[in-house]
Amino acid sequence: MKIRRGGIRMSNKTCLICQGTGCVSAGSREIHASLEKEIEQLGLSKDVKVKRTGCHGFCEQGPLVVVEPEGLFYAGVKVDDVPDIARSLSPQGEPLEEKPLYHDSATGNPITHYHDISFYNKQQRTVLQNCGNIDPEEIGDYLATGGYQSLRKALFEMSPGQIVDEVKRSGLRGLGGAGFPTWIKWEACQRAPGDEKYVICNADEGDPGAFQDRSILEGDPHSVLKGMIIAGYAIGARKGYVYVRAEYPLAIKRLEIAIDQARKKGFIGKSILDSNFSFDIEIFQGAGAFVCGEETALLASIEGKRGMPRPRPPFPAQSGLWGKPTLISNVKTYANIRWIVNKGADWFAGIGTEGCKGTAIFSLTGKIANSGIVEVPMGITLREIIYGIGGGIPGGKPFKAVQTGGPSGGCLPAELLDTPVDFDSLKAAGSMMGSGGMVVVDEDTCIVDLARYFVDFATKESCGECAPCRLGTNQMLDILNDIVEGKGEMEDIDILESLGMGIKKGSLCGLGQTAPNPVLTTLKYFREEYEEHIIEKKCRAKVCKDLIHFIIMPDRCTGCHICTKVCPVNAISGDPKQIHEIDQELCIKCGLCFEKCPPKFGAIEKNYGSKVMED
Amino acid sequence: MNRSEVLERFNPQKDNLLGILHGLQNGNPNNYLTESDLKAVAEYLNITFSHVFGVVTYYTMFSLKQRGKYIIRICNSPVCNMKRSLSLADEIRDLLGIGVGETTGDMLFTLEYTECLGRCDVAPSIMVAEDVYGNVTRKSLASIIKKYK
Ligand SMILES: Cc1cc2nc3c(=O)[nH]c(=O)nc-3n(C[C@H](O)[C@H](O)[C@H](O)COP(=O)(O)O)c2cc1C
Ligand code: FES
Repeated sequence: MKIRRGGIRMSNKTCLICQGTGCVSAGSREIHASLEKEIEQLGLSKDVKVKRTGCHGFCEQGPLVVVEPEGLFYAGVKVDDVPDIARSLSPQGEPLEEKPLYHDSATGNPITHYHDISFYNKQQRTVLQNCGNIDPEEIGDYLATGGYQSLRKALFEMSPGQIVDEVKRSGLRGLGGAGFPTWIKWEACQRAPGDEKYVICNADEGDPGAFQDRSILEGDPHSVLKGMIIAGYAIGARKGYVYVRAEYPLAIKRLEIAIDQARKKGFIGKSILDSNFSFDIEIFQGAGAFVCGEETALLASIEGKRGMPRPRPPFPAQSGLWGKPTLISNVKTYANIRWIVNKGADWFAGIGTEGCKGTAIFSLTGKIANSGIVEVPMGITLREIIYGIGGGIPGGKPFKAVQTGGPSGGCLPAELLDTPVDFDSLKAAGSMMGSGGMVVVDEDTCIVDLARYFVDFATKESCGECAPCRLGTNQMLDILNDIVEGKGEMEDIDILESLGMGIKKGSLCGLGQTAPNPVLTTLKYFREEYEEHIIEKKCRAKVCKDLIHFIIMPDRCTGCHICTKVCPVNAISGDPKQIHEIDQELCIKCGLCFEKCPPKFGAIEKNYGSKVMED
Repeated sequence: MNRSEVLERFNPQKDNLLGILHGLQNGNPNNYLTESDLKAVAEYLNITFSHVFGVVTYYTMFSLKQRGKYIIRICNSPVCNMKRSLSLADEIRDLLGIGVGETTGDMLFTLEYTECLGRCDVAPSIMVAEDVYGNVTRKSLASIIKKYK
């Protein structure tokens, strides 16, 4: 609605307040309530709309408030800032100049508009377009963006064969990790005989460090549902499931609301949009088993069994849920269908590289200035993501490695920062695209310890069915434990390598086939760190507890007593105002004292060597 | 919700097994599944007791042991660890006197570790019952826990 004031045409303003998990935990609910109140008190309720939205992807800066149509961006908003923001929204108001503005991580300068922020303007937000701009609990918002138009187009203007063909020409590859061409599955399911078929959306997202699927489900659930409905029409299925991990209650709630609203509008259910196509979608909640993200394990889980993988073939497209042809794809894969149907395969194929089309969506976290959800065209380099969008490492520390692909992926060093980000290039470098985790680490992370974590993860999550994965990963873990405890031997490195290759070859499913990757890539790129642990008994990151000790520097200790209070094992002695001392025999090296000693004293030092060296 | 109310919400189909188990566990004030729950489910779905037992023990979220009314789950994955989520366990020991795997005497809280909660951007992160919290500090931890007391 446009309003006229004093002869000038003025648009209404909309204040978008992010209600994603990150912003909520930073207090965005309070900001929303207080902004609504202020705006009412100022008599602006008619001209300014306050709207709750899904995640903007820049969670670390939350709570976020965006003012449209100007595109003003307020970050880290406090309740105290709200009156100023409310006043700035009046017709005479000016955008705020200082406090709640976002400050560039490199220059420290304030930035007013979000399209000037490098975190956003170097991205290509297609699938994420609606996230942060619509209220995910209001189907009306989604419809206003042209939502469900592609469903109408698919049902009334295209045959199932044409849709599969469009998906084929688009070059879309599955975004669940392996990058398998999507159309091959669609075609196989379409050609499979029978009329009992299923469409399943894999939202089990369990890779440590990945949360982009959650953000899409929480921020724009209809885009995923619509992709599933179109898939159902194309392959001739009548029933769909979204398999969501139980750790994502908000995503489940938003999906429930979205399915309910879509059903009321006639997009889901019997005779969709009065066509002769019927399709229903049900949510299936997991129960805490990482391996259920593997497609055959996921099927077993829905069927009410232990979620264990089985050998393929037969592939789910041939024999899936209850033995019927089943299409399983990732959340992001379905979210892309809308664009392929709406804008056409050629448009889609125009984004990305020769072999990898469209965009890649990552969760950028760890030691990075701007962490959050990032969408970029396939083929841009790791450097562009980490430095261009992510703003580099905070505090100007040097980059050490980037971990992609979670437990199936690997760690790439600085020399490989110019690797293009796509399925094939990452795989060639020994890592994986995975489902989208991208964790940046600096010199404070021990590479051996990080690899050890992922192997430990694999041992816990292995379903135990095949021996190479069950026993092999435990063997690797034992060796890695020895190395981080300073008990490793040089031959351990060879054993790790040959064990790793064996596990990759001999395991039944993708979990075992990729579990050694974090160790194998770090052995390839960070071998000297393993050797240092083994030969010099030194952990250069000062992380491995058995290779470090803590001491109190007498010249800096003021006897403030803070460390004695936090020490969980009472290893620190000393009267108030007297210099304290750590009993090295009692110390469990938890590092709490080191963390809690006030920076102005900085009296506790973390040193190499398991014990204090006598001189 | 008691057991028969939970069962009534589901058709007796096998694909409802996990849903029923979630429902029964959530309905139990001590957040666990009893042997008679398992028997009732087996009968309702016409499957064997050992099948149900096998499923319950496979998934980490189900418990056959009494737990507190609220489960506190601390993320134990790399990003949270980089931001020191491990010391959160120490903070909780200070606040509630329980270690990982233990339950408070009043049966209100059980402390567990979990893998990545998918909130790495606001690490360190914890989950209490169905609520997820990010950027957890010693101070915010105390006020989070207070909400459930
Ligand atoms: C251990 C393991 C875990 C997996 N977890 C997921 C997951 O959380 N989400 C996902 O989409 N795919 C996951 N996959 C891949 C699936 O098996 C399957 O390839 C994918 O859902 C296909 O979707 P796409 O064609 O869209 O990539 C996992 C695979 C393995 C081996
Ligand atoms: S690492 Fe803790 S939430 Fe992901």
